Amino acid sequence: MAHINIDKTSYEAKEGKNLLETCLTLGFNLPYFCWHPAMGSVGACRQCAVKVFKDENDTQGRLVMSCMESVRDNMFLSVDDPVAKAFRSQNIEWLMTNHPHDCAVCDEGGSCHLQDMTVMTGHAYRRFEFKKRTYKNQYLGPFVNHEMNRCIQCYRCVRFYKDYAGGKDLDVFGAHNHVYFGRESDGVLENEFSGNLAEICPTGVFTDKTLKDHYTRKWDMTMAPSICQHCSVGCNIIAGERYGKLRQITSRFNSEVNGYFICDRGRFGYEFVNGITRVQQPVIRGAMVGGDEKRNLYDNLKTFFENLDIIGIGSPRASLEANFALRQLVGEEHFYQGISENQAGLLRILLATLNSGKVHTPSIKEIEQADAVLILGEDPTNAAPRIALALRQAVRRKPLEHAQNIKIPAWHDAALREFIQEEKGDMFIAFPVEIKLDELSSDTFFGSPDEIARFGFAIASYLNEEVVSPDGLDEATEKRAFAIAAILKNAEHPLIISGTSLGHEGIVKAACNIALAIGVQKEIGSLSLIVPECNSMGLAMMQAPALDKAFEAVQQGGVGAAIILENDLYQRAEKTDVDHFFETCRHVMVLDHLHHATTSQASLLIPVSTFAEGDGTMVSHEGRAQRFFQVFMPKNENIRESWLWLDEFRQFKNGVDPQELNEPGNLIEELVRVIPQFKGAETVSPPSDFRINGQRIPREPHRYSGRTAMLANIAVSEPKPSQDDDSPLSFTMEGYRGIPPAPLIPFFWAPGWNSVQSINKYQIEVGGPLHGGDPGRRLFIEGEMSRIDFWKMPVSQFLAESGETEIIPLTHIFGSEALSVYSAAVAERAPSPYVLISEKDAEKFDVAEHALLRLRIQTQCFDLPVKIKKELRPGLAAIPFNLPSMAGIGWPAKGILSKIEP
Amino acid sequence: MISLLRSMGLTFLHMFRKRETIQYPEEKVTLHPRWRGRIVLTRDPDMGERCVGCYLCAAACPVDCISLQATEDENGRRYPEFFRINFSRCIFCGYCEEACPTYAIQLIPDFEMAEYNRQNLVYEKEDLLINSEGKYPGYNYYKVAGLSAGIKGKGEGDNEEPPVDVHSLLP
Repeated sequence: MAHINIDKTSYEAKEGKNLLETCLTLGFNLPYFCWHPAMGSVGACRQCAVKVFKDENDTQGRLVMSCMESVRDNMFLSVDDPVAKAFRSQNIEWLMTNHPHDCAVCDEGGSCHLQDMTVMTGHAYRRFEFKKRTYKNQYLGPFVNHEMNRCIQCYRCVRFYKDYAGGKDLDVFGAHNHVYFGRESDGVLENEFSGNLAEICPTGVFTDKTLKDHYTRKWDMTMAPSICQHCSVGCNIIAGERYGKLRQITSRFNSEVNGYFICDRGRFGYEFVNGITRVQQPVIRGAMVGGDEKRNLYDNLKTFFENLDIIGIGSPRASLEANFALRQLVGEEHFYQGISENQAGLLRILLATLNSGKVHTPSIKEIEQADAVLILGEDPTNAAPRIALALRQAVRRKPLEHAQNIKIPAWHDAALREFIQEEKGDMFIAFPVEIKLDELSSDTFFGSPDEIARFGFAIASYLNEEVVSPDGLDEATEKRAFAIAAILKNAEHPLIISGTSLGHEGIVKAACNIALAIGVQKEIGSLSLIVPECNSMGLAMMQAPALDKAFEAVQQGGVGAAIILENDLYQRAEKTDVDHFFETCRHVMVLDHLHHATTSQASLLIPVSTFAEGDGTMVSHEGRAQRFFQVFMPKNENIRESWLWLDEFRQFKNGVDPQELNEPGNLIEELVRVIPQFKGAETVSPPSDFRINGQRIPREPHRYSGRTAMLANIAVSEPKPSQDDDSPLSFTMEGYRGIPPAPLIPFFWAPGWNSVQSINKYQIEVGGPLHGGDPGRRLFIEGEMSRIDFWKMPVSQFLAESGETEIIPLTHIFGSEALSVYSAAVAERAPSPYVLISEKDAEKFDVAEHALLRLRIQTQCFDLPVKIKKELRPGLAAIPFNLPSMAGIGWPAKGILSKIEP
Repeated sequence: MISLLRSMGLTFLHMFRKRETIQYPEEKVTLHPRWRGRIVLTRDPDMGERCVGCYLCAAACPVDCISLQATEDENGRRYPEFFRINFSRCIFCGYCEEACPTYAIQLIPDFEMAEYNRQNLVYEKEDLLINSEGKYPGYNYYKVAGLSAGIKGKGEGDNEEPPVDVHSLLP
């Protein structure tokens, strides 16, 4: 701790920080543009000037850029000095000389850092009378809009896109006062994090294009803290609604999980909520329920619940509450996970390893601290993009340590990049084909899933003798495995990344073994496992049998009916098996929010809410339970949370009259009582009766407009605002205006700080955790040592019969996830179907790139254009995973490739 | 006693003054141009809608009686998809006019808006939009904005340099 004097008042400050972050942490309103807490300082915008004095008696002082100056003990500085103030206001005036008169039509307006800073410095009147510089814009794809005239040349965009996120196609061009931030030519921004440009850019050069289609100002949105539903990382997001439509997703800061950034799938994949494919009302055997709907529905339910032995099929994309409510409705013995046996098996292995107490699943923040990384059979960029972004920071860690030896401060971004150059830490990748992170890796092993598993077992066997070393590896591979093992052994924070994308038991077991071996060696091993969906981990923790077992149960008879919760079975299993299931099981109730192949088989279809219209809790891949809150009350009263429906059905089944159904109690508390593994999940957010000074926390900013006009076309008398019985948030603008507890922050705003930069005010120290600690609670208990059992190498999953090829599913960030693909912008970026084959196989089939090849997989047949990959092993083929046009494949899969005869 | 007589005298003298009372509605009130009455949406000199859907009027409205939704035409020109004023709530404070960056929303000297049914006081865009520039003739926002929205190309507006040639290194 250092003592510094700001404007003659003494403060305590952390050494090693720069003056700007110190001043902001201490609550001073100091304007800045180019500095960003996650990206450090470069001193480009000259906005954060303060005066530093030699000592107590110095009255002259000198102007410095506060972001480029370290805190020193016994320092004297002034933020309010007239010279410093004048400098800052003149600087803004210069920046504004070319800024267009666009605020009225600019999407950033109302959440614009440039507006805030301009007002803060007091520059209110334009004196510059000369011509303004203009630029031509570029088309940057379906996600980001470009309006280059507004640029103030702070360089944040390229520093984020190129330096932080590893993008290649956004750069700065031109010279002097003509610099241009954009692509070399028009085209889609390729990086998976391009959407963050909208938040990074202090003004409106890069804005959210999906928002532009239904534009709403930040102050007009009803917002709630939410959790991203599109992968297992569980990034914290803020979702905003207006006029009953979800309008925008922005990142919600959580220093442990996503920090300041989210990926494009999370940011732009929300539009399925507003889609036309939503289920709008209960459907009974293909007919809409009309008339006295409730009575009609319950009349039908009566016959449904007369069936004995109803089974329930849960879902990895439904909340814990929903899955638990279903489990309570049908009973534990009739509850099944809605995932294939293959996936369920992998998750069992993961859970057993994580519960061993010797293995730690790191948060994203901890991933950034890893100094040696091994990625075994997983493609983080596509399966869990936020992890890939963290890994990009992790490979810089080792070179950064050297930088500290020559005393470059940690915030000095320009100097650090200069010092590090192309130097990288250790990262090893084993995957069947090239992936995006290969550009960072020191060594990449290409092989079939079986080979990767053996390779992993070899590494584990070098780390611990108890692991049986696999046979059949050539000497060169053995050597590589040994080298990797040696580096992992010597690293301070080694990290293993694996996942279920390839659906291979051996790979997951190998990754677990390596982490366990490291755990034996150094107390605890780090293992980050990417699971398929947002609540895969939570569902797995309920330890129910898999979907295949449900099919078997139906096959054996004795199952009267089935309830399927938010799940498209055609994405989980073979088409014939699912068809057969629906043929055998006549009475099927489906609860979902989107129409899909499974809902069309339902004899009873119940509309339910999406994440935006309901509350729920989910468990992320690191075992972190997090709560998402309802953003808005849907106009359609039929749309209710799954758990609300299911709990009512349970009461009804137990003989309660439909008119006297009660609200369910706290389902999470009940869940913890029934399954103690979830202990802690009930504490992730304050209870629904939580109030501050007797007030709720408003979802709407205090400037929310149109309250007395938005529904006046329907009826001029304003209706009573919706009530929220499930959370301490209110659906209005009335309530507590200060900083709410971290799990309940519906939006970031502070007086004078309308943009997302106001996060500074919500943090204990700038860039650090939120006041009261970051939301979410980890459910895995560590350190309790149980006996270590290493996993045994499973027998090869794939036994080639004549002419058969092992098919590998390749996950795509856009397209492979079931919900986001129903959003127009994401669908536009989804790949068209293809089949990847090796050069040798291309020769064998005598096909060139783009030629069609017929793939017979299970009972289905696809004609797919060929892509040739050099590194792919002959005898393997890869197809994109879970594209809507390629549903109904049970994984792991083999197929027969054949040439299409003309 | 004297003051009483004096007051009576003054009152008596008022009989010879000019009358303030007029025979409304036969006789119309003279209103000044800046009188704050009925709210209208005006058009620019090219007869395009002036409103760009910036939501500032709605935000400024102390009774929250304005609601709108912005949308865009094929040239990127913003306009309100719907624009609704609930006049049964409006207090004619004129803050919306002050906030409007494009002179689109204006209060005009007309107060004859009474209705028997309150619902009829809800005005939609069709009821608000007039074929006139209102009090501020000649102003066209898109000519002075940096954005190109079908009115002018980049760099063709008032006080704008031609677009930068990124390939040139000349000063």
